[in-house]
Amino acid sequence: MAIGLENWTLARPEIFLAAVTCLLLVYGVVRGETSAAFVSVATTLALLVTTVLLFVPYHEGTAFASLFIVDRLTATMKVLVLIGAAVTILMSRAYFEQAGAWRFEYPVLVALATLGMMLMISANDLMSLYVGLELQSLALYVVAAFQRDSVRSTEAGLKYFVLGSVASGMLLFGASLVYGFCGGTAYVEISRALLDGRGGEFGVVVGLVFVVAGLAFKVSAVPFHMWTPDVYEGAPTPVTALFAVAPKIAAMSLLVSVLMGPFKPLFEQWQQIIIAASVLSMALGAFAALRQQNIKRLMAYSSIGNVGYILLGLASGSAKGIESVVFYLAIYLVMSLGVFAVILMMKRRGVMVESIADMAGLARNQPAMAFAMLLFMFSLAGIPPLAGFWGKLYIFIAAVEAKLYVPAVLGVLASVVASYYYLRIVKVMYFDEAAEAFDRPAFGVNRAVALASALVVALFSLAPQPLSVVASVAAKGLFQ
Amino acid sequence: MSWPILSLITFLPLVGAVFCLVVNGPKEAVDRNCRSVALVTSVVTFLISLLLWVRFDVTKAGFQFEEKVDWVPALGIGYHVGIDGISLFFILLSTLLTPICILASWESVHVRVKEYMVAFLVLETFMVGMFCALDLALFYVFFEGVLIPMFLIIGVWGGPRRVYAAFKFFLYTLLGSVLMLLAIIAIYWQLGTTDLVVAMEQLHLPFAWQCYLWLAFFASFAVKVPMWPVHTWLPDAHVEAPTAGSVILAGVLLKMGGYGFLRLSIPLLPEATQYFAPLIFGLSVVAVIYTSLVALVQEDMKKLIAYSSIAHMGLVTIGAFVLNVQGVQGSVFQMLSHGIVSAALFLCVGVVYDRMHTREIAAYGGLVHRMPRYAFTFLVFTLASVGLPGLSGFVGEFLVLLGTFKVNTWVAALAATGLILGAAYALWLYRKIVFGQLTKDSLKGIVDMNRREIVVFLPLLLLTLWMGVYPNSFLDPMAASVDKLVGDYQAAIKLARTAALSP
Repeated sequence: MAIGLENWTLARPEIFLAAVTCLLLVYGVVRGETSAAFVSVATTLALLVTTVLLFVPYHEGTAFASLFIVDRLTATMKVLVLIGAAVTILMSRAYFEQAGAWRFEYPVLVALATLGMMLMISANDLMSLYVGLELQSLALYVVAAFQRDSVRSTEAGLKYFVLGSVASGMLLFGASLVYGFCGGTAYVEISRALLDGRGGEFGVVVGLVFVVAGLAFKVSAVPFHMWTPDVYEGAPTPVTALFAVAPKIAAMSLLVSVLMGPFKPLFEQWQQIIIAASVLSMALGAFAALRQQNIKRLMAYSSIGNVGYILLGLASGSAKGIESVVFYLAIYLVMSLGVFAVILMMKRRGVMVESIADMAGLARNQPAMAFAMLLFMFSLAGIPPLAGFWGKLYIFIAAVEAKLYVPAVLGVLASVVASYYYLRIVKVMYFDEAAEAFDRPAFGVNRAVALASALVVALFSLAPQPLSVVASVAAKGLFQ
Repeated sequence: MSWPILSLITFLPLVGAVFCLVVNGPKEAVDRNCRSVALVTSVVTFLISLLLWVRFDVTKAGFQFEEKVDWVPALGIGYHVGIDGISLFFILLSTLLTPICILASWESVHVRVKEYMVAFLVLETFMVGMFCALDLALFYVFFEGVLIPMFLIIGVWGGPRRVYAAFKFFLYTLLGSVLMLLAIIAIYWQLGTTDLVVAMEQLHLPFAWQCYLWLAFFASFAVKVPMWPVHTWLPDAHVEAPTAGSVILAGVLLKMGGYGFLRLSIPLLPEATQYFAPLIFGLSVVAVIYTSLVALVQEDMKKLIAYSSIAHMGLVTIGAFVLNVQGVQGSVFQMLSHGIVSAALFLCVGVVYDRMHTREIAAYGGLVHRMPRYAFTFLVFTLASVGLPGLSGFVGEFLVLLGTFKVNTWVAALAATGLILGAAYALWLYRKIVFGQLTKDSLKGIVDMNRREIVVFLPLLLLTLWMGVYPNSFLDPMAASVDKLVGDYQAAIKLARTAALSP
């Protein structure tokens, strides 16, 4: 039996990241607590180098006996994940320093989670899928509880761990059913078996449902979303920022490659599931967020709603649909990073605040910060000419082309409901009487991230074309 | 055309907005500079937009001053702008009212002046862009972009219930617009492009689809016009908005709905238009009569004028959907006239509001004794709103009723009763405020309009007279385009009928 090492160079970025992370871990252990600053900077640099390695040189193909695949879609998704992870590591420093939890394990754990995400994205076999997913999840469970002297943080970590394990169990159970009925775990084997007529068998469909359920948990789609608000609220804010972007993108990419890859022959079966999850997520994200008082919790429901839109793109099952998913994810990444950069700057007399009422009158005290937040909120609500509008437009184009009229109508209606709570933030910042001013944010990463994101969101309409080209090139990776 | 004049007037206000944003320093200096920058930008924009009128070729029915650039080729979206006789005057209306609004807010707005001016300039960009847009996606971007600055204008500088009004305005309009977005996507899906000119030539949808899309467009435009029964956001928004916000709202934003019907619903979906025209007539007649009656019992000046706007816009929608030349011309003319007259009426309210800080009709009376200039101005616009011959309101109403009479006598008769009611509430309002004895102590010290206020009203006054005395200056440029709109519509209907009759 061949070990399949011939194409190992395809995994150079992952191997590099793994090696550097291990070295940094050793370094941190030797140097102790003082090494946190160096390790975090080095990790960020390593993530950037990894991004470069994805493309220099760029090769496509499968490796390790077809466990691992590189194509244009995986490369694009990895870039998004790496950006999300690198930026959130940089954004974390001030927060953890103040909380007295600035330790070198944090960047190392994030890097390991990122490695897991990259493996998930490149998975070409249910086994490698599971290994990548678990590497990511285990690192993230720890990160969620990283502020270990805080009850909320540990609670969030524990909750995430317990529920996440259940989801992993479901996924594994589904995978074993699929293996049992298809006779293999490799995507190609499953696909072949399904095309040969195994698709009609009940066990396969049950397996598919379990796999989708497990993955729906990871992207926090309704009805597997329950962990999201608690974990978002409880986890340290920079970790919430990370959760909002990198794992979401990775899990969504995984969902896309599993459903559009091996399970493509069962399109009609999984389309119903995805449509249901999509509509429910859009609706729940819109309605449940209406009464939230905590901005992080609100962002949790907002992310559930956004996942609903992305799933609608996936439910179209067309090249346009996958394009819209990539397009939306890229814009969602920018908007989320921006919002969390602002949240991380919400500090009053040195204490982080996170209730919406605390933002009252922000427009008077911190006009620039309020204006950035205003842009993000209108963008999340999908109001043109801001970036978020284009994401929604792309999704709805894909949905209408796939004749998903009813979900599309429900989606736009949900977006109107959702716009209410985004507007509420604007109202609090701009219409309400000024509360006590926030501390003047120091020049730093968070300001830079907020500024850069705000610029992208505001000026995106000038040139939506490049991103749509990237998205369409990426989507072609799946349709060769 | 050697230089892109439409893009220039669309985006010049944005440049002014950026200038305002970067202005820094002590508060008084910032406020002063922002006001000046905003005024200069909007006046220059207006002057450039006059060039459009000068260089407009009245013999051409199609689009002029066209510009076309690829924007998002992957989605078939282009930056395509151009104007015809219908959109020309809406652009001029927008560019005229913006400097007037800025001038009218010179003293009455003193908190967050910088943001206020930025909001108005951004708003101008969106308004002008929307009237220029010849691409459905571009149209949508501008159409909906308007919501952002308007939400802030109502919510930040508005009255006591401003938050409620701002949310109601935003959510109502958004709910309508998102359905239009789906309709636009459906058209894109049919044609592979969102270009409006292509769509006008090539879009042939089955009847059922036309109806769905028509209803989706209707949801958006009916809210914007606003038509009964989705008008309830308007009185709230008007009452709570600052004076200049009301002016823009009544002067331009309501016209977006009527313009949308003329530009999108009718040419793209002719059969559905014919099918649904009775619905429009019904709703409009209800609007004309019902809202006029409601206006009669209002105690707040702004609310009264808001309801009168709904009634006047009811005439506009009737005129647009009778689809003969008189009706459509009357409809467009009525929109222009209403844009100027209702804007001026809101400014009139603003003048006394700035002095007394109340809009209660009961708080006033006998102003003519202290404010003769104001009494004259208010009288002219009240009569124009009533439709006195010689002033702008008459021409539009007459043309609409003439066109309607040809198509449906009953609709014309019922709409005409609305005019009688209109005279009743407008003159009642005028009498309560201006005539009578000046008995209230609080009014004894009120002063007449100052020079700035006269400058604000003068152009509107002259325009009202001009439009009333010599309407051809305005009707001639739009004639060719209206003929084409009506002709294309008739041809499409005839084609559909022969297709249905042939075996």
